[in-house]
Amino acid sequence: MNTPVKPQLIVIGNGMVGHHLVEQLVEQGATERYAVTVFGEERHLAYDRVHLSEYFSGRDAASLALSTADYYAEHGIELRLHEAVTEIDRDKSEVVTPQGRYPYDRLVLATGSYPFVPPIPGNDREGCLVYRTLEDLDAIRAAAETATTGVVVGGGLLGLEAANALRGLNLDTAVVEFAPRLMPMQVDAEGGELLREKIEALGVQVLTGRATQEIVDGEASRHRMVFQDEKVLETDLIVFSAGIRPRDELARDSGLEIGERGGVVIDDNCLTSDPAILAIGEVALWNNSIFGLVAPGYQMAKVAAATLLEGNEAFKGADMSTKLKLMGVDVGSIGDAHGDRTPGARQFRFLDPLKQQYRKLVVSSDGKRLVGAMLVGDNSYYDTLLQYYANRIELPEDPASLILPAGSEAAPALGPDALPATATICSCHNVTKADVCSAIDGGAVDLGAVKGATKASTGCGGCAALLKTLVDHELESRGVEVDKSICEHFAHTRQELYDIVRVEGIKTFSELMEKHGNPKTHKLGCDICKPAVASILASCFNEPITDAAHIPLQDTNDTFMANMQKNGTYSVVPRIAGGEITPDKLVVLGQVAQKYELYTKITGGQRIDLFGARLEDLPAIWGELIEAGFETGHAYGKSTRTVKSCVGSTWCRYGVQDSVGMAIQIENRYKGLRAPHKLKFAVSGCTRECAEAQSKDVGVIATENGWNLYVCGNGGMRPRHAELFATDLSDEELFRYIDRFLMFYIRTADRLQRTSVWRENLEGGLDYLKEVILEDSLGIGEELERQMQAVVDTYECEWANAISDPEKLKRFRSFVNDARPDPDIIYTTERGQLRPA
Amino acid sequence: MSSAIAAKTMTQTWQILCTRADLVPYSGVAAWVETPEGPAQVALFYLPGHAQELYAIDHHDPFSNANVIARGIVGDLKGQPVVASPIYKQHFRLEDGQCLEDESITLRTWKVSFKGDEVWIEA
Repeated sequence: MNTPVKPQLIVIGNGMVGHHLVEQLVEQGATERYAVTVFGEERHLAYDRVHLSEYFSGRDAASLALSTADYYAEHGIELRLHEAVTEIDRDKSEVVTPQGRYPYDRLVLATGSYPFVPPIPGNDREGCLVYRTLEDLDAIRAAAETATTGVVVGGGLLGLEAANALRGLNLDTAVVEFAPRLMPMQVDAEGGELLREKIEALGVQVLTGRATQEIVDGEASRHRMVFQDEKVLETDLIVFSAGIRPRDELARDSGLEIGERGGVVIDDNCLTSDPAILAIGEVALWNNSIFGLVAPGYQMAKVAAATLLEGNEAFKGADMSTKLKLMGVDVGSIGDAHGDRTPGARQFRFLDPLKQQYRKLVVSSDGKRLVGAMLVGDNSYYDTLLQYYANRIELPEDPASLILPAGSEAAPALGPDALPATATICSCHNVTKADVCSAIDGGAVDLGAVKGATKASTGCGGCAALLKTLVDHELESRGVEVDKSICEHFAHTRQELYDIVRVEGIKTFSELMEKHGNPKTHKLGCDICKPAVASILASCFNEPITDAAHIPLQDTNDTFMANMQKNGTYSVVPRIAGGEITPDKLVVLGQVAQKYELYTKITGGQRIDLFGARLEDLPAIWGELIEAGFETGHAYGKSTRTVKSCVGSTWCRYGVQDSVGMAIQIENRYKGLRAPHKLKFAVSGCTRECAEAQSKDVGVIATENGWNLYVCGNGGMRPRHAELFATDLSDEELFRYIDRFLMFYIRTADRLQRTSVWRENLEGGLDYLKEVILEDSLGIGEELERQMQAVVDTYECEWANAISDPEKLKRFRSFVNDARPDPDIIYTTERGQLRPA
Repeated sequence: MSSAIAAKTMTQTWQILCTRADLVPYSGVAAWVETPEGPAQVALFYLPGHAQELYAIDHHDPFSNANVIARGIVGDLKGQPVVASPIYKQHFRLEDGQCLEDESITLRTWKVSFKGDEVWIEA
């Protein structure tokens, strides 16, 4: 008896869409019906091209891969990578590659597109590249090694991404765009101008309205680009990013119907003019459109899989709305963003030239529906607008409220309640609100489970915030309590724990655990709740963290009042208030560093860091420092760190106030204050801002009439400028408002939440904060001041406290049964100093 | 080195490490212990009032290669006592040294107990 031979299904192309088709085939059971073979031209398995640029910031091909060879093997799919199909022989129903001929019964083209390189003479010179594949990125990286300047031709989405990559490779970067503005498809003239300003501010030169005529040898650089107006630009490296063209040559050569300007014509079932052959993704032309986004490609893959199984799903076009962050600049485009495809459409526009934000609404002629929107500079409006657009939700009476700044007359965000069941939540995987609800009905009890069941938010991730809001809302409406607990030991948030500690006057972790701990878990706590509670107790009562009851709560840095470094030694940072230090004290720091063989470095916060101290040496080091008049710098704590200063009116020709004196006063007032996150301050003596006060949690800048107060800035991974909070304050007012501000933050912030993130999440924003702090709208001003005064009054140098207590010093023994030092700490030297080997 | 050869042939024995006063309640201290393989650094954790009050586990943190485990925060996760490495924060079960984030990593553990106020270890 013959075993029936399965029909052969061949997929040409293993990009994001080709791979999604394979997943759909597996999911819909097509691998039972067909013997599947996939051809990929690249060496790599399908990878996440949406996040391609991360390849430059350290992600490798493996981590960008969407799947594994094992997945293909497991489902019996033959994967032939690095094997390009050169011909489709429709007469024999075979595909041809350099390695052989393969028969097919059904064939899917998922060949995608290629980057368009404008036909400029000289476009094939060495160092003229494109930005499309991992190989392209490797080539750019190699070329950048010997280049100092780079130009991207094309100011669209991919062009700006490429420009950012060049910038990341330390090239002086320029973008050349043919159209009169950047991202001409997504933004209008005003939005484009704002985008240009923002991108130029990042150090990228922007040249718009420029057509390159030829590329020739340069004089100072490798290439010279000559523009239509005879102006020239010299550069070492050129990346073309001027749009995409469908890779339809296989289809064309085999006689399939091709669109006038390229692309394989498909119908609603993704069938080409030959019913044995389907096409999906960027090679496919549907209704005269090529879709250059991944979400429509995924939808086509799903339809194609159904077609192959004689199902009846139809592709009905796709929404091209996009939300992007390019070089840190938000750009959003929804529906008919230009308003030129909707007769009678009316437009609302909002432009804030200071905050550099631009928003535009395109509304139907009757004012009831949103037909398009455009955002530059702030995408926080995107999700709500998209829901109005995609679900045809009736607009509020005053549509402009949707784009007015939050905090004024702005309309509230659209709650999950207002969304119809058909609302698309995740467009990559086409997940609707109804899908999410039925996943929850089917037993998914948290965000992770919903993601697993629906795949929502596992594509580009743009819907993560919306999905979380919806899941929380749906769980709550089903009576499931959404768990906001700090950890398994307490069914409370940090804010709730803070209030409990304050109100009930609880002074130890064990008492808090006894009275409010989760009765189901054990009583020890963990490395999440213990330091959080330690910080709350310290903010409220300011008892020494080295007291026996508090010792087990502390992270190693707080336990040993020094910062642990990677080899287990510690760094010592004495306080240098305001950055002012006497020569005598400087000498002592040098002597101590010499004696204990410490590596020394000036910190970013105007202090001196002594690295490499052994645990058992810490008390002796601090003994000598305290003897010389130093005190702890709290560099190890989530607490007040430094107050940076310029020299102000003391020495500077321009200083209008004594910034050093004020910095010292501020540092001495708030030293020892523990908070949810470390706190940094700065005081500048004039608007030249040499102390960089606007990058701090609290920044103070002198004016002719007093002090301007800025709040909620920070450096770090996600820098944020502080915002102007109050102007021309007297010394007394300044301290009062800082007292209130800091205590209000400590009271209401989440665990490890810095002031900037706290500020971003604060309902009502900066205006609300001003009401509470400056106008005392909650009537808690005095209480906050009193609480701060209590912390100030109980200040004690923790190191002085510890070294005067033999019991506390026992903690600093390297070993309890032997005084020999840890032999595994090994040093080497570099630039004349010791460092860990 | 004759002592090293002798050490290899040594069988496990109970030895005194320190006293109760050397321990830190609900936290850890480090100690040297002589094992048949040579001297080792051990982290001792003391949980007064718990079913098991004393644990001895490797002081060496395999993720950072530094000897720091005794300086981690002690807690419990799903009812099992653990210590979090102070460097990269992995959790190790005090009972058997198992790393909760990486199945392939297990720290050595030793039997340890009080004899009066003295702390004894079997190594």
